[in-house]
Formats: sequence, structure tokens, C-alpha cells
Amino acid sequence: MSQSQTSSASATPYPATGCGAVIPSEEVDRSCRYPILFLALSSTGWLLLATVLNFLATLKFHKPDILADMGWLTYGRVHPAGMNCLIYGFAIQAGLAVVLWVFADLGKTKLAYAPLTVVGWLLWNVGITLGVAGILYGDSTGYEWLEMPRYGVAFALVGYIQIALSALATFHLRRVRTLSISHWFMVTALFWFPWIYTTAAYLLLIGAPVRGVLQYNVDSWYFNNLTNIVLGFIGLGTAFYFVPTISKRPLNNFYTGIFIFVALIAFGTWSRIPAGTPLPAWFSAYGALGALTTIAPALAVLYVVFSTRCRCSELSVEHRYIQRFVVFGSLAYAASTLISAVNSTFWFSEVTHFTWFVPANNLLFIYGFAVMSIFCGLYYVLPRVLGGNFPSTKLIVIHFFLAAAGIFFYAVPLLVGGITQGHGLNNASVPFITVMTQTLMPLRASTLGDMLMAAGHLAFALNLFGLVFETMSHTATTTVEELTRVEVAS
Amino acid sequence: MSSGPTIFLVAFLGLSTSWLGFVLAPVLQIGNQGQVEAQMTGNLYPAMRSGLARQGEQVYKANGCVYCHSQQVRPLGFGSDVERGWGARPGRVQSVNQDYLYDEPAMVGNQRVGPDLSNYGLRQTNASFIYQHLYCATDTMPGSVMPPYRFLFEKRKLAFGEKASAEALTLTKDNEPGYEIIPTEDARRLTAYLMSLHQDAVLFETPPLPKPATNDVNGANAGKGSAK
Repeated sequence: MSQSQTSSASATPYPATGCGAVIPSEEVDRSCRYPILFLALSSTGWLLLATVLNFLATLKFHKPDILADMGWLTYGRVHPAGMNCLIYGFAIQAGLAVVLWVFADLGKTKLAYAPLTVVGWLLWNVGITLGVAGILYGDSTGYEWLEMPRYGVAFALVGYIQIALSALATFHLRRVRTLSISHWFMVTALFWFPWIYTTAAYLLLIGAPVRGVLQYNVDSWYFNNLTNIVLGFIGLGTAFYFVPTISKRPLNNFYTGIFIFVALIAFGTWSRIPAGTPLPAWFSAYGALGALTTIAPALAVLYVVFSTRCRCSELSVEHRYIQRFVVFGSLAYAASTLISAVNSTFWFSEVTHFTWFVPANNLLFIYGFAVMSIFCGLYYVLPRVLGGNFPSTKLIVIHFFLAAAGIFFYAVPLLVGGITQGHGLNNASVPFITVMTQTLMPLRASTLGDMLMAAGHLAFALNLFGLVFETMSHTATTTVEELTRVEVAS
Repeated sequence: MSSGPTIFLVAFLGLSTSWLGFVLAPVLQIGNQGQVEAQMTGNLYPAMRSGLARQGEQVYKANGCVYCHSQQVRPLGFGSDVERGWGARPGRVQSVNQDYLYDEPAMVGNQRVGPDLSNYGLRQTNASFIYQHLYCATDTMPGSVMPPYRFLFEKRKLAFGEKASAEALTLTKDNEPGYEIIPTEDARRLTAYLMSLHQDAVLFETPPLPKPATNDVNGANAGKGSAK
């Protein structure tokens, strides 16, 4: 079925047998089984941990002195730890699982070097565990989004490179040679992450780092590339693969996809420095230019997704909701890109800089778009590689509504509250403490969003554990049966 | 167009352009700044912090103070940083890169859940007030949402007849007789760091405005974001 969404280039017939022959889907899926199972299980663990840590962080705005006697539970540690769990533990790891399967499935080839992936998975998780534990212990590097200390980063990077090598080898050994648009996005994301991570780590953590506000510039450059390109391209690659696959319609169309790709790597990669930062003025001017230019590709994403997706009722309930995850994701993508474009302008950032507006929009991108798209991928991929069905379709539906409502109730109060906060901050006749007290209302409202998202994560985790338990016990039974049969025969 | 290396080349071109423009070019432009003589006073600026304050910088970093407190003053007429008294330059102009050269790391900050701390050391010179604020912010600033940093303090039982030590906290509530609350080493370091925060030197790039009388927001000197 994935054939239907390959590029507009005419499909040449592939030999059914011989060394270049396409491999049947069942075998492809079986080859991905354990790497993807491990990646999915551990990333779900990180997702749940991220939920708990982020919840603890919000609690501090309801009652500041809650858990105040333990240094490792202070807001300045649980907040970055939670965000690192979400990005590195869940989004990148689960994104890699989806990428591995998409490459194997598009190329009709088995996953290459599957054992390497498992070693990589192990190292990545050791690295993130050390990193997050380091943040809680008080070893944070102090750079936002790059808080994990060196000893965690080292393991994680080696692990990442192993998984990425396996993905690239699978891509290289593809039996169906036609390039799909998802290949463009996902291959780039694979390369991009180690490039920006090593650059940022080299300039900030190792040896003689750059000094002064240049550190902030490198950090901002890193974060913008991490969201727009690494998470963005994993999400877009997922969207452009699963929307046509689920709808059983060709992608509309390949060249719009290439336009989005080129526009984003040309302009979406600039560091976005808010006006007024202690840096030469051209930094923020170019940042705003870059942000404004990404409006066009964001609208193009909406066009591609909405003109390709299938509203038709012949889709099963399960597929309809899996597709909704990614359709919601594309809406969040467009909304978040538009908001950050407007926000990059001089007039707007005078108000919103330093307020809750910016983090709310970041989460709208990371969670509303990237994480939702990855959920779509996981829901589609996991039953196939494990050879079973999710025990409950209802839980998928519930997860979708909880996550969508969660992101809405999280982002909207903080976006609106952030603007009010900014106007308050800019009016020197309003005492600071008054401004701060006024923001407590939207902050507390956003806890509702946190709780809805948390419930959604529980639904996802339950479904996943059910699926794993069912298929694994099935595998165990058949293995035992086979073994006994052999014994009887001998 | 249909080959893996094409994707790699296009991606590499994109990344290197972004790197050249937004990582290398900034470093070439302002990456070589060093200590300079401040105008008017002639002191070297920025001065290296004291050892205790540099250790305090690590405490500030470890506990993520940066997630709620910024350390940057925006220019006059852009926001109300100067009007709120967060700036300290005689010219009432913004922070510049020079201010952060010895910061490890430079914690400029993205959030103002709490007030800006660029010049906290000039606003607050009383260490025991800072201890009290860290121990229980609602005591010193009613309505504050700053979490209490009780783990930076030690509750010590006083021996019979022993007097509380000089730096013991004087609390308005929860004062248990027979006990004293004293700052730990980390609290002393953090306080030394907070008291070392100042961005007040007059530099080439932050000249005092020529006519102080026109310093109001709508005045002739209210350069919108271009105070440099």
C-alpha cells in the first residue's frame, strides 16, 4: 500500500525474484520487530516520566513551597529535566523508530544491521538516563534545551549514530529505488541532529567555549534547528508518508513537498534572536526575516495534507483516528509557524519576549505537531511489526481527543495570558508583583491541559502494553509449541 | 534528482549556509572581545568575579534560576526595563555583550517570572535580606511565587544557653525556639554571586545620552531598539 505514495516519477517494474527482488511486507515488518519494540517501549517510559516531571513543575505555580525541601525537585531542575525527557527521551527516540520502519517499508527491504540498532538504543537510553539524572542532581549545563551534562551527551551521541547508521544503510539498500518525499525529510533530519548537536556541544561544552551572549546565540541556533529541522522534518516526513498511506491516495504532490523542504532548510534554520537582546541588531533582524519566510512552507504543508487526506467513510475507525493525529499535527504546525513569524517582528516581541507566550508556542510545535505526528506513526507501525492489533480502538480515540484538548487548553491560556503579561511588564506603572500574580490564572488553567495530556499518555501506554503483552505471549506460546514438537519428533 | 547523495548535498548546503551566517559570522564579529577600560572610571571591565561568587554562579546554574530570571536590560523605549529600575548605566542604555564575557555560562534568560537580575548586586547589598528571601520569598515579598530554597539552609539545634550565630535567619513566622536556621555553603556562594551582579560600566558602545533632560520615552533620544 505504501507504493501508492511514492514520488510522481513513473514506477519501473521490479523483479519479483532474484537478488534485487522486493521483500514481502511481512518479512520487512519482522526484521524491524525488536529494534522498534525496544525503541517504542523505552520512549513510552520517557514520555510518562516527562509527564510526571512537567506536572511537578506546574504544581509549583499552585503552591510554591510544595516539595521545597529537596534540591532535586526544585522548579529549576524538574522543568528542564521534563523537557529533556520529552524531546530526547520520547520525540527523537520514537521518531527514530518510525523512521527505521518507513525506510524499510518504502524500500521493501529488511532493516539493515538490526543488532547495531539495539546497541544504539541501549547507549542512547544510558546517555539520556545519565543526562536527566545529571540535571536533577544539579549538573545542568545552564544552556536551555542543551542541559544534559557531557557524560550523558557522550553516550547518547554514540548511540544515536549507530541507530542513524542502520537507518541510512536501510535507506541505501532499498530495493524500490524511487525516492519518496519522506526520504528527503527523514534523511535530512538524521544527518541534521548530530551536525547541530556536535556543533553546539563543541561551542558550548567542550574546550574553550564561545564567550558572552554568543553562547545564547549558539543555543538559540541549536534550538531553532532542533525544532524546525530535526523534529520538524521527522514530523513532516511522517505526515507525508502516513497521510497518503492511510488514505490510499497519492501525495499531492511531490514538488510542493520539495518546495517545503528547500524553503525550510534555507530559511527555517536561522537563529531567532528576539529584538533587544544584547547582541548586534542584525541578529534579530535576520532572525525575523527567516521566521517570516517560513510562513509560505507552513501554508504549503496545510495544502499538501488537506488535499491528500481522505475524509471518506470507508476508513476504519482506527485508521480515521490515526490519520487525525497527523492532520491535527499539520494544523498545529501551521499555527505555531505563523505565531512565531508574527512574534519575531519587532513590535510583537517587545510585548511577548520574557512572557509565557514563547514557551507556549514552543510546546505547540513540539507537542502539538512533532509528538502528535509521531503518535500517528507509532499507532500505524507497532501493530504491523509486532503482528497483532491494539487491544482497544476506543483508547486510540480517547487518546486523540485527550491530547488534542490537552494541547489546546495548555497553549491557548498561556498564549493569551502571555500577551497580557507582556503589556503589564511594559507598563512601568504596574508593580511587577501585580503582573506576576495576574499570570498565575492562565498558568493554573494550563495545568488542566497538562492533566488531559497526561491522561492521553496513559491511554497510549495502556494500549501499547496490551499489544506487547498479547503479541509476546502469543510468540512465547508458538515458540514453546514448536520446541515441544521438535522434542516429540526426535 | 533521484539519489541519496543529492539529498545529502542539498542538506549539507543548507546547514553550512546556516552555520556560516549564524554561528561563524557572529563569532568573527564579536568573538574576540576582551576586557576594556571603562570610560569615566578607567577601571577594567568586566572584572573577574571573586572565587566565592564564581562558585555561586554554579549554584545559580544548577538550580535553574535562569528559567525564571533574566539577566538583560532592554534599551530605553523598548519595553520598560529601564523605567522599572533594572538598568544601572548612567546613560540608561541596554546590556551589551561586553557585560557577559566572564559569565560561565552567560545566563541571559528567556523568562521573567521573577524580576530581571542584571543589576541585583547594586539594588540589594544586604546579604541577610537575600538569605531570608531565598529561605522564604513570601516573607520578604508577599505574593511572590518563588519557591522557598530551604535545601540551601540548615536547621541547627542550639545547645542550652547558646546564642544564635550572627548569620542565623530572623524569621517572622515558623520561628522554633531552641533552633537556628543558618545558610549552607551553597547559600553563601549563591548570595555572593547575586551581590556580584552589576552592569553599570560606561563603555564605547553604551555612551551616556548627551541630554539627560530628553530621556523620557517619547523624547529625542528614545531610539527604538537601536540604542547601540
